[in-house]
Formats: sequence, structure tokens, C-alpha cells
Amino acid sequence: MTPGAREPILEVRDLVKHFPLTQGIVFRRQVGAVRAVDGISFELYPGETLGIVGESGCGKSTVAKLLMNLERPTAGAVFYKGEDISRLSGRALKAVRRNIQMVFQDPYTSLNPRMTVGDIIGEPFDIHPEAAPKGARRRRVRELLDVVGLNPEYINRYPHQFSGGQRQRIGIARGLALNPEIIVADEPVSALDVSVQAQVINLMEQLQDEFGLAYMVIAHDLSIVRHISDRVGVMYLGKIVEIGSDTAIYDHPTHPYTQALLSAVPVPDPQAREGRERIILTGDVPSPANPPSGCRFRTRCWKAQERCERQEPPLAVPPVLADRSGEVLHDSACHFAEEKPRVAHG
Amino acid sequence: MPEPHRPDTPFDAQGAALDEAVVTRTDPGRARSLSSDAWHDLRRNPVFVISALLIVFLLVIAVWPSVIATRDPLYCQLSRSLEGPAPGHWFGFDTQGCDVYTRVVYGARASIAVGVCATLGVAVLGTVVGGLAGFFGGFWDALLSRTTDVFFAVPLVLGAIVFLSMIKLSGIWPVVLVIAALGWPQIARIARGAVITAKQNDYVQAARALGASNSRILLRHILPNAVAPVIVMATIMLGTIIALEATLSFLGVGLRPPTVSWGVDISAASDGMQFRNAPHILLYPAAALSLCVLAFIMMGDAVRDALDPKLR
Repeated sequence: MTPGAREPILEVRDLVKHFPLTQGIVFRRQVGAVRAVDGISFELYPGETLGIVGESGCGKSTVAKLLMNLERPTAGAVFYKGEDISRLSGRALKAVRRNIQMVFQDPYTSLNPRMTVGDIIGEPFDIHPEAAPKGARRRRVRELLDVVGLNPEYINRYPHQFSGGQRQRIGIARGLALNPEIIVADEPVSALDVSVQAQVINLMEQLQDEFGLAYMVIAHDLSIVRHISDRVGVMYLGKIVEIGSDTAIYDHPTHPYTQALLSAVPVPDPQAREGRERIILTGDVPSPANPPSGCRFRTRCWKAQERCERQEPPLAVPPVLADRSGEVLHDSACHFAEEKPRVAHG
Repeated sequence: MPEPHRPDTPFDAQGAALDEAVVTRTDPGRARSLSSDAWHDLRRNPVFVISALLIVFLLVIAVWPSVIATRDPLYCQLSRSLEGPAPGHWFGFDTQGCDVYTRVVYGARASIAVGVCATLGVAVLGTVVGGLAGFFGGFWDALLSRTTDVFFAVPLVLGAIVFLSMIKLSGIWPVVLVIAALGWPQIARIARGAVITAKQNDYVQAARALGASNSRILLRHILPNAVAPVIVMATIMLGTIIALEATLSFLGVGLRPPTVSWGVDISAASDGMQFRNAPHILLYPAAALSLCVLAFIMMGDAVRDALDPKLR
């Protein structure tokens, strides 16, 4: 799916989140900052799924929290239908929240153990009484349970009486309660068994078709992201290094980091595995409190040259792709972007 | 929202299996909540029933002691000092020759009033201060926690002696106020820790993402998950506080005769010589105190368990 001329439903512009590092107890002074998210921009279009991948600590979850207004950005803005929602508060913020909901990573801590399922899924209606008339709430909760494939009779049970996959369905039902347009899912299946992961992912796709939801799915599992996403962004140390359609990212990656990530995906087919080159990155991810100058990936990149240290590569269509068209055309933040055959899987 | 549908995926079968596995005692037509479920459980819990009956009994004799004690607790005959049990005086006589049974019954009022009121004061004050410190963090945490530390540094008995000898008012209320004002830091520390633990759970973030207000998050999500250690601590403190009232009375700054309380009688009987000659004057008020503390601890335990759905 290419965005085409449609208006984005969510637009993120130069979003920055620095967490200050302080020293001293009485007189706190700032000695630095963890640059969790350091200037990222992307758009989300109605009905599409944008996947964000990257290794642990690259700032994926902070992006989700910024979109949900659970953290305030240091700089930059999040536009929902043209309105900057990152500075809203009070009533206006509450109104926007109806349209953007979240599914959490760990279904074992995202449901209050002392509330019944009926109270958990019904809470959105208590907070937004205009969303459902008082008499109809209980019925709506049962409908929601049915929509996510749980027995509506479970309404009086407590979260600990369910399996992980069932709990995640409860979390999804809570997210759907207010009929949002956007669902931000932070690692929605990484805490689940592999067999259950597929069920939950399929449920999410089915709900997307049914309610026309736009998803932003954050994950570190590349296969799941490919399965569910229309477009994919790759994050490294608080920045997006490559973003484009799933075909572009998975079959025509040009950024060395994306290529390294893809080469690490296990391929179940032994024949396809043979001609494949594996890129093994050396070293660790640098500290986000003290990121490298220029290109952030240069410390682990086999193509790094003096220019990478000096000049930060912009996220733009690289020259090698300039003459390509359609889905393959995408942005990549590398001075030496080029396609590397035989790293992509499938 | 379009028509709800029933997906034809394997989880229906899984759901059916769970239905059979878990014994359903659900009437899905009625909405249930934590409080109604807890009440349902408590009524069937023998520990709760026994402790509740005991507490009701203690409260009744605290309010109407004459129901089971017909004598006057202040009518004493020195000639019968330290005499053992006799017909009509089953608990014997104390040093002053007063009837121990009558005094134990009449002593319930002051002891329970001080114990319950001071514990409630301590629990509420401590939970509010500790809860707000843990929830808001940062500046408020620093301010409230340091204030707690300041109060923590004042030894309870010493502080109570100083204040009570300064205000020179008699009756139970000064004692209650002083104990509540000095005793809350322990609860505050426990509450703060429990709130910080509960605050980090994703369900708090989820409620915030739904647009829940701070008060809703505190009352619906954090408090129910943080209250268990506070209940335990408060029920244990109840006993300590009744004993503290006894200490203060013994030191002459707490309740004073003619007020009758277990504490006053226990301190009057705590002389080693007297205990050897007439143990009954210490044993009976002490037993009444233990029974009362036991009843509240059992009740606190049962309530805490009922509020935890995982233990059902």
C-alpha cells in the first residue's frame, strides 16, 4: 500500500525526547541527557500499519509513549489530523485520547489484577461517559469480548484466570472500547508463546479490516513486522535510519544496519539459506547518553569512512534508488547507501 | 461499531476447554466487582466471622458495659485488696480492692477507643502522606519523605510524654491525637513503597492513556494494589497502640484514674511483688487486651486475603 495523496492521520515532526541525567541530591544539576529519541519524523495514514523495528534501547517504546502523550517531548510535535497534540492537556487531551489507544507489551502487568474483566474493559466508558450510554455499557463490554474472540460469559472473571494470549485479547478489547482510529501497539506479542503470537496478530489484522484502524506496531521481531506492516521504519539509537514500504525494506534494503538486521533473521528453507550472506556486527550499541558524531551507526559499520564521522547523513531517497520507482523507492540515512543482494530473506 | 462476530479460529475451542476446566460460579447477568466478591468471600470465611463477632462483642461492652457487669468499677473495698476469686467476683480483687471483672469490662471502652481511633488516624495520615509522596515523586516525595523522617526521629514514647505533660488535658482524645500525630511515619514509609511498586505497572499507564484523572488512578488502580501491607501493619500497630496507652498511663501522662482502662490496670499490676502474690490482677486485663488485638489482627488478615482475587 503506498500512501499516495491521502492525508496522514498522524504526523510526527522532528520528535525529540531527552531524559536528563542529574547529579546531587539537594542541588540537582544536569550532567547530560539520554537521547532516547533524537529527531524522528514519519507519517501514519488511515487504515495502514506502520511497523517500527530496532534493537533494545533504540527508543522504540519512547516513541510509543510520546505518541500516547504519556511522556512530553523535549522538542518536535505530533500532529493528529493537523492538530499538534503533544502540547495538549486537560479536556482537549482527554478528547484526543479517545482516538488514539494503546496495546501494551506485557499482558501480565497491563491489566489491574484487582479488577474484573468487565471493569477493565468498561473503564474507558467510565472515563468517557459520552462514549456509551450508562445502560448499554455492560452490553458493549460483552460485545467487545466477543469481538476479540473471548467468551462474553468471562465478564466477571479476574485477569489471573486467563492465559497470556487471552489477557492480550482483553488488552486489545480495552483499546477498542472507545472506537479509536489509531492503535499504538508496543511489542504486542513479544511476551506470548509463538503459537499464540500468530493468533493475536491475525486478530489484530482482522480488527483492522473490520474497523479501519491505523496501527503503529513496535516490535523487534522482523518476521512479525513484515507480516503485519504496510510500511516499516528501522530505528537505531533514537533515529530512523531507513523507512519505506515493506517490500522496499525487506527486499531492497540500502542501509547497512537494515541489511545486518535482515541477515540475522533465521531462514527456515535450507536451500534459500545457502547462497545467503550473514553480516555479523561487531561491538555494542553506543550509549544513547553519548552517541557518536555524524552517522550514529558508523562505529559498527563496515563501510564507515571519514565522511561518516563528520557529516550526519540525511534521511532521504539515496542516489542509487533515484531511478527506481514504485514501492522500492524509499528513504535511507546513509552516505553510501546501496542494495546488497543476498541479505534479504524469503 | 459493526455487528459483533464470532471468529472461527481455534481459540473458541480453547475457550470452551477453559470453561470446563475452571469451575464456574459465575452469574454473568449480574455485574460483580472486587468489593462485592470480597464481601461474598468474607461472609463464608470462619476466621472473619469469628473475629467480627468478637469485635462486635467488644464494641457492645465498650458502649454498654453495664450489660454484663452490674457493679460499679469505682466501688472498691480496701479490706479485700488482692483477694483471689470469690463467688460473684470471679476474677478476684485488685490492689485497691476493686472487682477485677468489672474493671476489665469497663476498661474496654477507653482501651478500644484509644486503640481504634489512634490506629485509624495513623493509617489514614500515613497512607495519605506516603501515597502522595510515592505517587507524585520528585519534589513532593522529597518534601513529604523528609517530613516523615523528622517525625520518625522523635521517639514515640518520649514525644508523647512531652506533649501530654504540656497540654495537661485529661480524657482519651489528647492521647489519641498525640499517638496519631507521632505514629504515622511507619505507615507512611510502607505506603510510599507499596505505591511506588504499584505505580510502575503497565495498567497505570493504560489508565492514563485512556485519559483517567490522577484521583481515579490513585483510588481505582494504585490504592487497591498497595493497601495490603498497610492493613497488616495497621492491625499489628493496633496492639502496640493499646499497649502504648498502657505505658503512658503507667507513666502518669496517659489516661488517669478515675478513667478505667486495661492499660491503667495493667500498669498498676505490673509490680513484680504483686504479680507473685496475686497474678490474677495482671492476667485478666492482659488477656482482654490480647483477645482484642488478636480479633483485629485476624480481621485484618481476612480482609487482606479477600481483597486479593488470586487467593480465591
